[in-house]
Amino acid sequence: MSRSSAGFDWISIFIYLILICFGWANIYSASLGTNTGSYFDLGQPYGKQALFIGLSIFLIIIILSIEAKFYQRFSSIIYLVSLLSLAGLFVFGKTISGATSWYSFGSFGIQPSEFAKFATALALAKYLSDIQTNIRKLSHQVQAFIIIAIPALLIIPQPDPGSALVYAAFFFPLYREGLSGFYLVTGLSAVTVFILTLLVGPFWVSGGVLLIGLFLFFRKRKKRPGRVLITLFTIISIGLSFSVNYIFENVFEQRHRDRFNIVLGKEVDSRGIGYNTNQSEIAIGSGGWFGKGWTEGTQTKGHFVPEQHTDYIFSTVGEEWGFLGSAMVVILFVLLLLRLLQLAERQRNQFTRVYGYSVIGILFLHFLVNVGMVIGIFPTVGIPLPFFSYGGSGLWGFTILIFIFIKLDSDRLSY
Amino acid sequence: MRKILLYITILTTGLIFIGRLFYLQVVDTSLAIRSRDNAIKVIYDYPQRGYIYDRNGELMVSNQPSYDVMVIPRNLKPFDTTEFCNILSIEREDLEKKLDKARIYSPMLPSVVIPQLTKSEYAILQEKMRKYEGFYIQKRSLRDYQVDHSANVLGYIAEVNQSKVNSDPYYLSGDLIGRAGVEEYYEELLRGVKGVKYIQKDRFNRDIGPYKEGIYDTLPEKGKDISLTIDAALQAYGTKLMENKRGGIVALEPGSGEILALITAPTYDPAKLVGRKRSPNFTELYYDTIARPLYDRGLLAEYPPGSPFKTLNALIGLQEGIVDTNDKFSCNHGYAYGRGRKLGCHAHRSPLDMIPGIANSCNAYFANVYRRIIEKYPTPQEGMDVWHDHLASFGLGNYLGSDLTTGRPGKIPSSEYYNQIYNYPTYKWYATATISNAIGQGEVLMTPMQLANMTAAIGNKGWYYTPHILKEIEGKPIKDEKFTKRNYTSIDAKHFDPVVEGMHEVYKSGTASTLRIPGIEIAGKTGTAENFAKIDGKRVQLTDHSIFIAFAPVENPKIALAVFVENGYWGSRYAGRIASLMIEKYLKGTITRTDMEEWILNHSLEDEYAKPLSGEPFKINQ
Repeated sequence: MSRSSAGFDWISIFIYLILICFGWANIYSASLGTNTGSYFDLGQPYGKQALFIGLSIFLIIIILSIEAKFYQRFSSIIYLVSLLSLAGLFVFGKTISGATSWYSFGSFGIQPSEFAKFATALALAKYLSDIQTNIRKLSHQVQAFIIIAIPALLIIPQPDPGSALVYAAFFFPLYREGLSGFYLVTGLSAVTVFILTLLVGPFWVSGGVLLIGLFLFFRKRKKRPGRVLITLFTIISIGLSFSVNYIFENVFEQRHRDRFNIVLGKEVDSRGIGYNTNQSEIAIGSGGWFGKGWTEGTQTKGHFVPEQHTDYIFSTVGEEWGFLGSAMVVILFVLLLLRLLQLAERQRNQFTRVYGYSVIGILFLHFLVNVGMVIGIFPTVGIPLPFFSYGGSGLWGFTILIFIFIKLDSDRLSY
Repeated sequence: MRKILLYITILTTGLIFIGRLFYLQVVDTSLAIRSRDNAIKVIYDYPQRGYIYDRNGELMVSNQPSYDVMVIPRNLKPFDTTEFCNILSIEREDLEKKLDKARIYSPMLPSVVIPQLTKSEYAILQEKMRKYEGFYIQKRSLRDYQVDHSANVLGYIAEVNQSKVNSDPYYLSGDLIGRAGVEEYYEELLRGVKGVKYIQKDRFNRDIGPYKEGIYDTLPEKGKDISLTIDAALQAYGTKLMENKRGGIVALEPGSGEILALITAPTYDPAKLVGRKRSPNFTELYYDTIARPLYDRGLLAEYPPGSPFKTLNALIGLQEGIVDTNDKFSCNHGYAYGRGRKLGCHAHRSPLDMIPGIANSCNAYFANVYRRIIEKYPTPQEGMDVWHDHLASFGLGNYLGSDLTTGRPGKIPSSEYYNQIYNYPTYKWYATATISNAIGQGEVLMTPMQLANMTAAIGNKGWYYTPHILKEIEGKPIKDEKFTKRNYTSIDAKHFDPVVEGMHEVYKSGTASTLRIPGIEIAGKTGTAENFAKIDGKRVQLTDHSIFIAFAPVENPKIALAVFVENGYWGSRYAGRIASLMIEKYLKGTITRTDMEEWILNHSLEDEYAKPLSGEPFKINQ
């Protein structure tokens, strides 16, 4: 070990290991069914996942052994390889349940979109940490946006809109590095106007927007933001509000509309499209304070929740470990994210910080969208819960994301 | 701001998620219930209901298998309704109605569609059952009656009603439960405990094995066999004697309080209330508001006791020391008690002391005794309450506390009662105002059960056991202290001797001298009670009720009974004959007085009962 090494962050590694192990226990339960075979039965998801976890350890050792500088130096190449692998799917991809997201090697498949995340994060970090880059300049913003958008655009037509959505996570490093808050305000306003309009209709929303606009317009302030801007904002918001219905009815597909309607409580359909969420809520709700115990979940055993060992794995946690167990998992995720955030903030090297922020953003978005969906406060979007959902590519993708950061962090004293 | 945005976002998300989880898992309990409903199927295993034997081990009630067609509405698939209805011989509309009802009860829990199939219906249906998804056959056991009497004692079995399902978690819709009689009172003994199996289901509603390896499953526990105190042969005989009459017979074993016979007339065959014919048959019995076959006259009918009540007044008189067995009272065809009012009496020699007073049932004698009891104390109120308390010690004026589902308290008036009637203290009342109580008319009401119990207490000379109908559970005698502890009356034992002798004299020389049975010493007392009915709003007197109480043998009695025959005229005419035959049947097993038996079997009172309904003027007491 060189003089500049500060050692690895064992807190993050420890939380990572707990989550991986607990995740496997739940995959075991969710895919157990009625057969009780060996824990390592490779014909069963839990057996395969055990193998994936073993390989992850191998992967971790490799990642931590490689010189930290390597990641910075080779980030562009890694990014290009990743883009090629995504593009190659259009030719060589294997279609599994409607999505051409896999390269197939015998009984195992590799999902390049899971690896594109860390590659994009490295590329973005490289670009932003370049001494010539100034994210406040529009041309540089556009370039950064292109780096993020290419993989996302390659993933959308697979189709895998959920994975593409994750690329929104790169907003966090951009904002941290100086991107104007204007984008944040604009984005949040648009989403708020959109959802409120769906709920209460354009007239009420327009009225509200108009009132807020007038209030800001005539308020006396020392540092008054441009009145032109406020006026523009108000007019666009009202325009958006009135076009929401058009967008919703004509741009969205029926399944998207259904998903929105169910979360917004405008439609109750527990048999059709709402079945997943409904069953998942029943499973979680039946857990009570302490849960039914590991492998004792009746909903889990009966396979009432579809995709339970993948996207809906958190419902198994809720049913079998109860409020205490599922709240514990939420807390562990929050702790891990906050710890990584702490690590990111202590970096002197901008590359590591941007990369760290990207890692946190990606993990957070998965956590937010997946758990939000399973507990019924987000529309159905198919993305995995890091460390919990079954799947080798996903597990390795997240493992690589985190451990490259831990390696970079251990090297922080060399700057 | 740039540094803390992500911090705040992560923390907020964590808090919102934990809040939502808390709501789903701790606050909103309906989800847990839905989970139980859709993931676990519960299958019940119904045990055999316990058998019922009589006191001599004769089997009265056993079981026969029966098959119910059940439905779980959620699992229904379209099926050939025409064929289904043909097999079960029901109308299509009825089927739809029943399925709708089942859906309303619960789409996931089983409901009964067709109860109690016959064996042939079951055989045909069973072959085709797999074609009717959502339906299945539940085997149950039904009662099989070995006797055609005692319907009032045994009660019946019926489908449990919704309010019971709601209040008692043991019962599910469609379960059977004992109603009335022993079946209801000892339901928990007889029903046993149903077994339960929990089956884990998957989302296609397929069974995928026992839930938690069956650790919550239980085996059914067979119902307990019980023996009643009833003597089936005596019960059958009494039922036969009471044919074409209305009234009740209650026979007790004085030494134990065991109910030997509990007969009401008219009655019905208990087998009528079994199987698919149960419902129409029950309706028919229920709506017979004239003969009222479901009304247990032995327990529920409150009649004025008439002359048998005089024995109690004699006992109270002796206990209170206001009369001596040698005190004589004269009778001039009745007892005049001021302002020209008179309590009438029949012709007999006069004056009489206590024993012939009882034997001849002299109204004047007991009017004197009663008046002395009430007037012994400074105020009639005090006297009345002393009198009331003595009677209460015989179990009168209140529920007896038997192990029977129905009963009535009868009535023994107290000073409070008369104070209210006469608006005391504005108006005063004296012993003479209540003089009818002396001869068991007036305000006194008793059920045949109370009359029989009072007779047993006299036969025992001062104590009784609370009458009960359960003798043994699985061959072991009952130990309930309520039925194995003596209740003492407030009358000293020595005072019973002259009264018992008077009652013995009733048979030897008195009002029942024609009813003697060779070889058995009987003590008894006749009664004839006036009664009235409202016809078109007018109070009309009907033919007197015929009443008789008796116990035998006089020393160490084995049976005490009360017989009540509505509108049977004087005491020894119907009730006395029936009582004597019952005693002979029980003590000897055979009937020597075949003349008496024949008379009773051949005499019907149906004409008498038809009189007030005919709408024409009629004569009574003919």
